[in-house]
Amino acid sequence: MTDTRAIALTVNGSRHDIEVETRLTLADCLRHQIDLTGTHVGCEHGVCGACTVLVDGQAVRSCLMLAVQADGAIITTVEGLASEDGQLHPLQQAFHDNHGLQCGFCTPGVLMTLLEFLQHNSAPTEGEVRVALSGNLCRCTGYQGIVAAALDAAGRMRQEPDQINGPKKS
Amino acid sequence: MKPPPFHYHDPRSLDDALGLLAEKENAKLLAGGQSLMPMLNMRFVFPDDIIDLNRIPDMASIRKDGSSIRIGAMTRQYALERSEVIRNQCPIIVEALREVGHLQTRNRGTIGGSLCHLDPSAELPTVAQGLDATIHIQSKRGARTLAMADFPSFFMTPAIEPDEIVSAIEFEPWSKGHGFAFVEFVRRHGDFAIVGVATLLELSADGMVSRASITLGGVGQAPIRCGAAEGIVIGSNCSDAAISEAADSCREIDAMDDVHVTAAYRRHLAVALTRRALKKAYDRASGETAA
Amino acid sequence: MTDRLFEPRYGRLEDAALLTGKGRYVDDIHLPGMLEVAFVRSPHGHAHVRSIDTKAALALPGVLAVYTHADVVQALTSDHIPPDELVESFPTTTWPYILPEDEVCFVGEAVAAVVAENRYIAEDAAALVMVDYEPLPVVSNCREAAEPGSPTVHRHADGNIVSQFTIEYGDVDQAFSEAAHVFSFSLNQHRGGAHSIEGRGVVANYDANAHQLTIWASTQTAYKSRDAAVELFDMDESRVRVIVPDVGGGFGGKNTVFPEEVLTVMASRLLSRPVKWIEDRREHFLACIQERDQEWDVEVAVDAEARVQGIRGTMYHDQGAYTLLSLHVPHNSAIAVPGPYHVPNYSIEVLVTETNKVGTIPVRGAGYPEGNFTMERILDRIAQELGMDRAEVRRRNLIPGDAIPYQMPMNTREGTPMIYESGDFLHCYEMALEASGYADFEQRQKEALAEGRHIGIGVANMVKVTGRGPFESATVRVGRSGRVVVYTSAMAMGQGTKTTLAQICAEQLATEPDQITVVTVDTASSPIGIGAYGSRNTVNAGNSVHLAAIEVRKKAIRVAAHVFGVDEHDIEIIDGLARIKTDPTKSLTFKDIAKALSAAKGCPIPKDMPIGFEATVNFRPPDVTYCNATHVVEVEASPETGGVEILRYVVVNDSGVLINPTLVEGQLQGGIAHGIGNALYEWMGYDENAQPVITNLAEYLLPTSTTVPNIEIIHVETPSTLNPLGVKGAGEAGVIPVAGAVVSAVENALGPIGIWIGEAPIAPVRIIELIEESKASP
Repeated sequence: MTDTRAIALTVNGSRHDIEVETRLTLADCLRHQIDLTGTHVGCEHGVCGACTVLVDGQAVRSCLMLAVQADGAIITTVEGLASEDGQLHPLQQAFHDNHGLQCGFCTPGVLMTLLEFLQHNSAPTEGEVRVALSGNLCRCTGYQGIVAAALDAAGRMRQEPDQINGPKKS
Repeated sequence: MKPPPFHYHDPRSLDDALGLLAEKENAKLLAGGQSLMPMLNMRFVFPDDIIDLNRIPDMASIRKDGSSIRIGAMTRQYALERSEVIRNQCPIIVEALREVGHLQTRNRGTIGGSLCHLDPSAELPTVAQGLDATIHIQSKRGARTLAMADFPSFFMTPAIEPDEIVSAIEFEPWSKGHGFAFVEFVRRHGDFAIVGVATLLELSADGMVSRASITLGGVGQAPIRCGAAEGIVIGSNCSDAAISEAADSCREIDAMDDVHVTAAYRRHLAVALTRRALKKAYDRASGETAA
Repeated sequence: MTDRLFEPRYGRLEDAALLTGKGRYVDDIHLPGMLEVAFVRSPHGHAHVRSIDTKAALALPGVLAVYTHADVVQALTSDHIPPDELVESFPTTTWPYILPEDEVCFVGEAVAAVVAENRYIAEDAAALVMVDYEPLPVVSNCREAAEPGSPTVHRHADGNIVSQFTIEYGDVDQAFSEAAHVFSFSLNQHRGGAHSIEGRGVVANYDANAHQLTIWASTQTAYKSRDAAVELFDMDESRVRVIVPDVGGGFGGKNTVFPEEVLTVMASRLLSRPVKWIEDRREHFLACIQERDQEWDVEVAVDAEARVQGIRGTMYHDQGAYTLLSLHVPHNSAIAVPGPYHVPNYSIEVLVTETNKVGTIPVRGAGYPEGNFTMERILDRIAQELGMDRAEVRRRNLIPGDAIPYQMPMNTREGTPMIYESGDFLHCYEMALEASGYADFEQRQKEALAEGRHIGIGVANMVKVTGRGPFESATVRVGRSGRVVVYTSAMAMGQGTKTTLAQICAEQLATEPDQITVVTVDTASSPIGIGAYGSRNTVNAGNSVHLAAIEVRKKAIRVAAHVFGVDEHDIEIIDGLARIKTDPTKSLTFKDIAKALSAAKGCPIPKDMPIGFEATVNFRPPDVTYCNATHVVEVEASPETGGVEILRYVVVNDSGVLINPTLVEGQLQGGIAHGIGNALYEWMGYDENAQPVITNLAEYLLPTSTTVPNIEIIHVETPSTLNPLGVKGAGEAGVIPVAGAVVSAVENALGPIGIWIGEAPIAPVRIIELIEESKASP
C-alpha cells in the first residue's frame, strides 16, 4: 500500500531532490536518506525534542512531520549552524564554554530550539530560557549548563546581530 | 515506532479535501500533526488514507467578522499567540496558549486540530467553551455550525460526521477591559493540564459582576461550564466569601479517575484553581493588576 | 594532584564533534546492505505460547527472516543469555531467555525477531506474526509474590523468591530490648527506568568471507557483549570485535547483555549482512531494565539522646521476571542504610522476589538511593517523635571525622571489609548547613508563612561506593607521528571520559590535552576491560592512564639521557619535549623518541631497553573507595494543590581529588536532576495484571528545565588513600540523598499540618491525600 513521492528539500542551503515513502518521517528522511545524522530521534511521540530542526525558520519536531510535508521547505539542521570555514556559531561556542552538553544526544535539538527562541527574544531572563527549553529533555546535565550557555549565547548574539540568522559566510 | 502504511493526499482546496473525505471510508485528517503523528508512530490508528490539510490556502486566518472574531481552523497556535487582534480582544486565548505544549508544539499545532482531538486536558477546548464559541463545519453536503457546548460527543470524539471538516471557530469577544484568567495545575511546564480553569468576567460600573463564564478543563471528559459558580459570582463584587462559595460549588462536579490522579483530587484542584482564577480575573477587570 | 601543568577546568575534547552534528552514535552507522530488526513482543504479563505463525510476516516484501526459539537453538550454543557466576547457582527459570521457548513472563518480552530491509517494514511484518497465547496467572506485587500460595512468575518454578538473605551485625535483639525508644514504619520506594535520551542499539556485521564479526553497541558493558558473542556463537576473541561508538547516555539501561543484542548479532551471522536494531522509546519502557519497587518494614532503637542503637527490618525487592545482573540492587540497598551514620547493631532481611515485569538491575545510584532514603526517614522519624531538630539528630549520629578510617561491621559485595578510608562527614555536613543558612531558616519560614507560603528545608547525608575494581586498562602509546594516543577499556557515555583521561596523561607528558587522542572501547585495541557503571571510570581507567603515562615519561627520559649522554636527572619533559634542563637546545621531540624506540637505524637506545614508546597498565584498586556528600534543599509546597517547587539546592560533595571540577559539577547536577525525578516525578506504573500503564514520555515524568534548579556546589577534596591519583567517583553521587532531603523538606514545609511521607516518589495527589488523612485524624 505504500506510496512514494518525489520531493525537494533545501537543507542547510543545499537542495535535495529525492523520492520518499509518504509515511517516512522528516527525521528519518534527514538521517537516513539525506545522511545528515546530527538530528537525533529520542521518542517519536513529540516529547523529548531531540529531533528539533528549523523548517522555514521555525523550530519543529521532525519526528512529527512527514518528509512529504517538507517538500519545498527550507530546513536548517545542526550541521548548518557552523560557518563554512568551520567557525562555530555563538550558540555552539557558548555550549562548549559553559559545559552545556555531556553525551550530546539531546544537544542538536536544544541548539535548534534556542536558535529560534533567541531570534525572537534577544535578552531573555533565566526563567524565560527555562520555559523555552521545557520541550527538550536532557537526562545528563540537569539543564544548568544548558541554561548558562543559552544566556551566554544571547549576550554574544546581541553583540553580533548578523549571527542571529545563521552562520557568517566567510 | 514507525507509522503504518497509508495513502497520502495533500489537496489544494477545501473542496478537494471534502471530496476525498466523502470518498474514503477510513481516512484521518492531518493538521498540525502534534496529536495525530504520535498516534501514527505508536500505531494506535491505522488509517488507509491521510488527508493533509496543510497545503490548503485560506484555512488559516484571524478575522473580525462584524462583531465576532473568526479563526480559520488551520491557524497555527503560535500565530494566535502573536496576533494583535487576539491579544487585544481575547487575551485569555494568549494566556492559555502559553501553557499549550512547547515552542515546537505551537509552531505546528492548530486550533482546529486541538479542538477536534478533544483531549480532556487540553487548554484550547476549555477556552473555546468559556467563550461560547461556534464551530463551523463543512462537508460536501453543505455547511453547518455547532455550539462548542454541543461539540464534544464522547471521550475525545467531536459530534461531527466522518465526511465533515471543522473549517473555523467563531466567538464574540467580551467587552473592552473584561477580566480574564486561565489558570492550570501541571507537573511540568507544557504538560497537559491536570485541571485548568478559564474564567471571564464583566463588571458593571459599580464593580459588581454582570457577566461570568467559568469553565473547567481536565475534570470531565469534556470542558465543563460551571453554571452554579457563575450564578454565585454574578451580582457580587467577588469578595473572598463570594469567590469561596463559587469555588466550593465545584466540589459536586463529576470528575474522572485515572492512573495518575483521582477524581477527588481533580475536584480538589477545581476548587482551588477556580478560586485563584476568579480572583485574578476580577483584579484584572477592576484594573487592579496589569493584564 | 597539586600544581597542575594544565587548566583543570579544561574544555571538553568531545564537544566539537557533538556540537556540529558529527557525533557518531550507533544509529548513525550506515553500512551497505544493512537490514533492521523489530521484535514481536508479548502483550501479556504471563502466558503460555502455544504457537507462533510467521507465514504472513515472511510473505511481506522486504522481509528476510523471522526468528523464533527454534532458530536460536539451532544457531547458538545456548538459548539463554550466559549467566554470571552467582546467577548460575539460581534456578534456570531466573536466567533470561534469548527468545523464550513457550512461555512469556512480562509484557514486552520478545518472542520473535523480524529482519527486514528497514524498520518500517520490520514493524509491518511484526504485526503480521500470529502468536497464540494462553494467559496464565500474573504476579504483580513483590510482597504478594513472596507469600506462600502465590501464583508463580514462571509456571514451572516452585515459588517466586530468588534469594533470601540477611545483612546483619552486632546484636539487634539486645539493642532493641535496652532501647529508650523504638519507632517503626513502612516505606514504599520506587525508582523508574534509565531513560537515556538515546535508547539501546546495536549494529552487527558478520563478514562471512573472513569469518569475522564486528559489533557496534551503545553499551556500558562491551566486554560482556564480546564474551557473550564468543560463547554463544562459538567463536574466539580474534574473530569478535566490539566497538562502542558515541553513546547517548547509559544510566544503567545499557549495562547488561540483552536478548535484542544477541538476536541482532545472530541475524547478521545467519544472513551474512549487516543488521541494526535501534530501541524505540516504547521498547525502552517495556523491555529495558528499571529499578522499580522496594517495600521496607523497619524499626529503629534509639537511646535517650536520639542516638541510633539498632535498626532491623525486612525488605521486599521486586526483581522482575528474570535476573539480568545478579542481586546488586537489593544487596546494595540493604548495606547502604547506615551510610555515614553510626549504627552499632543492624539486621535487614531481604526477600528478592520475582514478578511478571521486566528485570530490575542498577539504574544510576544502584540501590543506594533506597538505602539512603530509609536511613534519612529513620532520622526524621526520630526527630519528629522526640521533638528534636532534624539537623541535631543527624549531627549526633554522623560518624565523626576522627573515627575515619572507619571499618563498618559488614562486608562489601565482594566479601571484603567495608572501610570508609578517607573523608570527614561531619565537616561536610557543618559546611553545608552553614552555606545553606540552615540556622536562619526557621525565621524565614515564619516570615513566609505569614505571607501564606509554605516553605521547608531538608538535609541528607550520603556515602557511595565508587571506584570498584577489578580494573580498566590503559595503553599510552606514541607512534611514529609523535602523537600521544591513549587506548582504554573505559566506556564513555557523556561523562567526558576522553577529556579526563587526556588531562591525566597530559600532566605526565607535558602535552596539551587537546593534542592527546583518547580511544575508548574498541576490543581490537583494548582487548580486556570491565564496564562503565558504579562511578568507577576515573578511579580505574584514570589511574591506569596515570601510571602508563608515567612509564612512557620514564622511557622518554631514559632515551634522551642516553642520546645526550647525561644522567636521567638532568632531563625534563616540558612542552612535549625531552630536553636537558640546563641546555634546552638539546631536546628530542616525541616523534624522535618514537622513532628511536621502534629501533630505527641511526636512533640509538640502550641495549636492554624494550622496544616501543608505550606502556600498558591495568591498575587494580586494592579496595573500593567512598565519596560522601551533604545535600540541603529548600522547597515550597502548596497545601492547596500539593505542588512542590524546589527553591534552592546546596551540595557539599567530596569525591576526592578532582581532575576536572567542571565535569564533576556536571555529573552532580545531572545526578541531582535524576534524584529529583525519583523524589517527585518518575513513576513507572503497572496495574494488578502487570500491564504497564505508563509507556510514553508524556506520562512518565522526566525532570525538565522548569523543574530542576541551579545547584550550588561546594567541593571538598579529600584524597583517596587507595590510588595514586587520590581520586574517587562522582557519577552517582548526585542521585543518592536527593529523595531523602526533598521529602524531609516537603514535610517541613507542611509542618503546621503535620504529615508523614512514607514513599518516594511523592506526587501532589498523594500530598493532598496525606493532608486530608492528617486532618481527619489529628
